[in-house]
Order: sequence, then C-alpha cells, then structure tokens
Amino acid sequence: MADPNVEHAPEAIVAKTTAAATDAAAQATAALAEVHRPTSHVATFSESEALTLDSGQTLGPFQIAYQTYGALNADKSNAILICHALTGDQHVANRHPVTGKPGWWEILVGPGKPVDTDRFFVICSNILGGCMGSTGPASINPKTDKPYALDFPVITIGDMVDAQVRLVDHLGIGTLFSVVGGSMGGMQVLEWASRHPDRVATAIPIATAPWHSAQNIAFHEVGRQAVMADPQWCEGNYIDRGTRPARGLAVARMAAHITYLSEKALEEKFGRNLQNRSARSFSFDADFKIESYLRHQGSTFVDRFDANSYLYITRAMDYFDLEAEHGGKLASAFTGTRTQFCVVSFTSDWLYPTRDSKDIVKALNAVAANVSFVEIESSKGHDAFLLEEPEFFDTVRGFIDAAARKRGLAARGTVAGGIGAV
Amino acid sequence: MATTDTSYAGAETARPRVDHLLIAEMVATGSRVLDVGCGDGALLQLLTDTKAVDGRGIELNREKVNASVKRGLSVIQGDADRDLADYPDQAFDYAILSLTIQATRYPKTVLEHLLRIGHRAIVSFPNFGHWKIRGQLLLTGRMPMTENLPEPWYLSPDGHLCTIKDFADLVAIVGAEVEDAVAFNSSGTRIPIKNAWSFQNMMGEKAVFLLRRRDGR
Repeated sequence: MADPNVEHAPEAIVAKTTAAATDAAAQATAALAEVHRPTSHVATFSESEALTLDSGQTLGPFQIAYQTYGALNADKSNAILICHALTGDQHVANRHPVTGKPGWWEILVGPGKPVDTDRFFVICSNILGGCMGSTGPASINPKTDKPYALDFPVITIGDMVDAQVRLVDHLGIGTLFSVVGGSMGGMQVLEWASRHPDRVATAIPIATAPWHSAQNIAFHEVGRQAVMADPQWCEGNYIDRGTRPARGLAVARMAAHITYLSEKALEEKFGRNLQNRSARSFSFDADFKIESYLRHQGSTFVDRFDANSYLYITRAMDYFDLEAEHGGKLASAFTGTRTQFCVVSFTSDWLYPTRDSKDIVKALNAVAANVSFVEIESSKGHDAFLLEEPEFFDTVRGFIDAAARKRGLAARGTVAGGIGAV
Repeated sequence: MATTDTSYAGAETARPRVDHLLIAEMVATGSRVLDVGCGDGALLQLLTDTKAVDGRGIELNREKVNASVKRGLSVIQGDADRDLADYPDQAFDYAILSLTIQATRYPKTVLEHLLRIGHRAIVSFPNFGHWKIRGQLLLTGRMPMTENLPEPWYLSPDGHLCTIKDFADLVAIVGAEVEDAVAFNSSGTRIPIKNAWSFQNMMGEKAVFLLRRRDGR
C-alpha cells in the first residue's frame, strides 16, 4: 500500500529543479507506457473469455500483467500467489521499471526469504483496474480506441480475484500452495479462500479486514474528492486531453499516507522538527519535516500512478464486505473450508486494527477451520506489514515451512539450483 | 541461520511432561481437541503424534504462538478469560486447560466455557493442598514457594490457587461430573482419585480431572 522505502525517503525535499521536473515528466511518461506495454509477462483474454463482473457488466477482452519468481515443480504444487495492496503492483521482488526502487516486498519474498523463491514458484499480478499493465481505466477501450477513463466498469475485490483465477488457469496451476497478501491484498486472500477453497491450500491474510469500515470509506472518499476537484482531472478524460490531475492525486496520497502510520511513528520520526531551517518562516512553505515528507510522498506517487485507477481501486475496497456477501454471516464465507489460515495483525495498525483480524479468526473458528493468529507488536502502524518486522517474518516463515512439510514439499535448499540454507 | 526443520526435530525429541502423558491417556484417538493455554504446543504435538487428534490451541504469549505455528499447529494468540466466549458450543471433543486455570481471572467462567465448547473438559492444576505447601505455611507463616509454585506471591501469575477438594467442589457447582481424576507428584507417581479425596489432597502435587457435563451432552 505505502512505499516500502518510506524509511529511505530523502530528508530534504529540495525545490524541484528543471532537471528534476523533466525526470518526473519522463517517469510519468514511462508509467503510462507500462499501461500498454508492461515490463512483465502478460496474459491476454479475448472477448469470448470476458469476465462477468459483480456489477453484472462484462469486461473483455482484458489482460493481466504478472511477474513470476522461482520454478514451478513437476506436479505444480509449489505455487504461491502474492496479492498486492492499493498502490502496489506485480513488481514484488524485482527493481521497479518506473521508479527504479527495489521490489515492494523484497524483504519477505526472494531467495532464502520467508516466501522462499528457491523453493516456491511465486506469482504476483497487477490487479484488474491497476495501471501497470493489467486492464484498467487507463487502458484503451477497444470500442472507442481511447482510454476507458470513467467508461471502465466499477469493479470489486471479487472481480480482481476472478481475473487472477484466469491467470492461474492460464499458467496451468490447479491448487495454489498459498495465497498471501496484506491490506487490500489480504482482502483478495479472503476472497480467494472463500470463492475457491479447493484451490487454496494455505492462506495468509495480513493487516486486513473482512469488510471496509466507515472510517476507511471516509478516508477514501476524501482522496477521491481531492482527485475529482482537480480541474486537470477533466471528468476523468485527462489522458485524452493531455493533462494530469497531479495535485489532486498528490493530496489523496498525502491524506492516505497519514493513515498508514501511527501517531507514535509520526512523533518518533518527525516530531515538531523543522525542515532545513532553524526558525518558522511565517509562510505556508513546508516548515515542518512531516509536511515535507508528505509532499514528497504525494509528488513521487503521481509520477507512477494513474488517478482513475486510484478512484476505481479505492471504490473496490469500499465495496468489500465478505459478511454481506454471505447473507450477513461471515462464517458462511468459509463453511467446510480445508484451507489452513495464518492471520496476522499489528498492534499499532489503526486502519485495519487487530479487532478486524479477530473477526476473521472468530468466523473461521465457528466453522472449525485450521487457523493460526498472531498479533505482532509494532509501533509502525499499518505500514508495518511492508517493513522489517522480525517476529512477523518468523511467523510467515514458520507457517509456510510447516505447511510445506505437511504437504511433502521439498525442504529449503533441496530444489535443484536452489541456494541451500546455512 | 538455523533452519526451522532443525528446531522442529529438537522439539520433537523433547521428553513429554508427566501431566501431558496423563492427559494423552484420557484423550480418544482421532478426536478434536482445543488446548487452552497451549504454550509452545508440546501437548498438542504429543496428542497429534500419538493420538492423531485434530488439534487447535490458544496461547497468550506471541513467541510461544510462533513456536507452535512452526510445528505446524493451528494456534491463536488469545486469552482464556476473553476469547473462549467466541467459540461455538460443542465444537470439540475435548477442551483442555493444562496448568492454567489457577492463572485465569475467572476460573469458574473459564471452566463453564470449557464444558460448553468441549463434550469433555480436561483440567490439570497444581494442588495447593499438598503436604509440603501445608507444612511451609504452618511452619513459616508465609506464602509457600515450591518447585511448582516458584514465584513469590507478588510476582506469581497464579491468582486462583486451589486444592483438589476445592476443585472438586467447583466441578459440582458448575454441574459437571468427574469421569476420571488422577493426582501425581513430580517423580511421576500416580495416585488415582476415587473417593478418598483427603489422602490425594495431601499427597498429590498436581491433579488432572476429566470432566463431563452432567446433562451428558
């Protein structure tokens, strides 16, 4: 959801030089190019394979951009699907083609990491509605030869999962060894486990909730209104008009970013410290470090993300309510499940608090599911799931290793060509 | 970097505790078990390995939860006093509370939940009526400290210590019946509890009770 690199954000935000502005423009152009010709594998689905969306509309043809890591074993039993969060993408464990930054979950996914690419075949796809090569509002609508913009149908988390199911079918994989994701990625994990219990051996929903709370919908609405209030948004047709609602999207990102941190993290990291000055400027400059930080988060975000995608994806999250989908009884979402669950929450996460994870656990208990639950002590807020949290990694590693052992999957370091653990 | 597989092998070879072995004898093969306060999962592991149970656990301490998860057990970080209410009725064949009831805030409520969640409840606890404890209190006039109760009163988590007789009274109060009960001491010597409570109450350091609701459900 948030940048994994927040810890490394520059301390000083220097006024943008012409060169920097050119860089930003070049990056924005590169980001738009990714929509059409992603630096990824692409699975394409024809009009006859159109998705029937939860809204009743159909979407097709469509394409899904995805990355894979590691090797699929002979019986195709070692596949792990990683589901990304709101502003994430398929580049989970490789350098990002637009920003040049490391993969957003490289600390968790890779050779010898808890999600070990020496042992597992890891798949991560850009979600439906995204802007990194999967069909979304910035994609060309074949009916008009223009970007979809607001003609793109409103999608749900379930629709995103249905598109991922097509990809997994396309890869010839029946059962996924695991589906893993945090935040909105966790919602996809829950949908996967609910809609396709026989195709999900283990599920790891992290820092997530079975439904979007009123508070979370409220924050999203603020973000959407910021985008739509930007005159450059042009009723959604900014790509066609050659403009960019950069200010609106930056404000949306700034507001959202506050929700990813905790008050304690803000206090520890920024306090009331001033940015590159010894006294207040008696102006509306970014006097405070926290202001400078948020402005930086906003301005870098708009260079890599499509504003309409932001509207559509936040909407999908707002619509997410697994309980309502199952007649008001969350447990019914998991009746008869044989999937093994590992639910993880973080103490200082007030966006998706432990209470929400416990509701998931309670529902799973009610249907006698195999569920483990850990609440990780962290001061870093919702962002914790993207950061170095050793106990969290311990949980994920322990759960995956034990489940792999149960299913007779090769131990670490025994896959041909794999790097053995010391 | 130690691999998880190594720690698993280490955990597996550890010698089972006497009270765990006693509990394992009371559990039917292939049953569904909830271990409340399951620690690092040693008992659940023993029951899985020797009785092929379908086991679940609850544990307050996060590191211990992680240790259980590493063993491949399904364990939830939670609290006996708060989280048992969330479990449906009769979801398990056995609800086990081993050496934990004395540390709960509301032992009676916890016991009632165990009897509601499980067809049977198995409860083990340190016996405060053991002669060493009586002797210490009588002779020193201070709260006893023993192998089983190693902390001074102001550090001990055990706020609700009881004797075997006390526990038997509670069993009657909550309307349960005793199917089996065994007292034992640290060397593993067993003293079956039939009706002569006084002798066991003096000689047993700990006790395990197998309980069933009187309505037989």
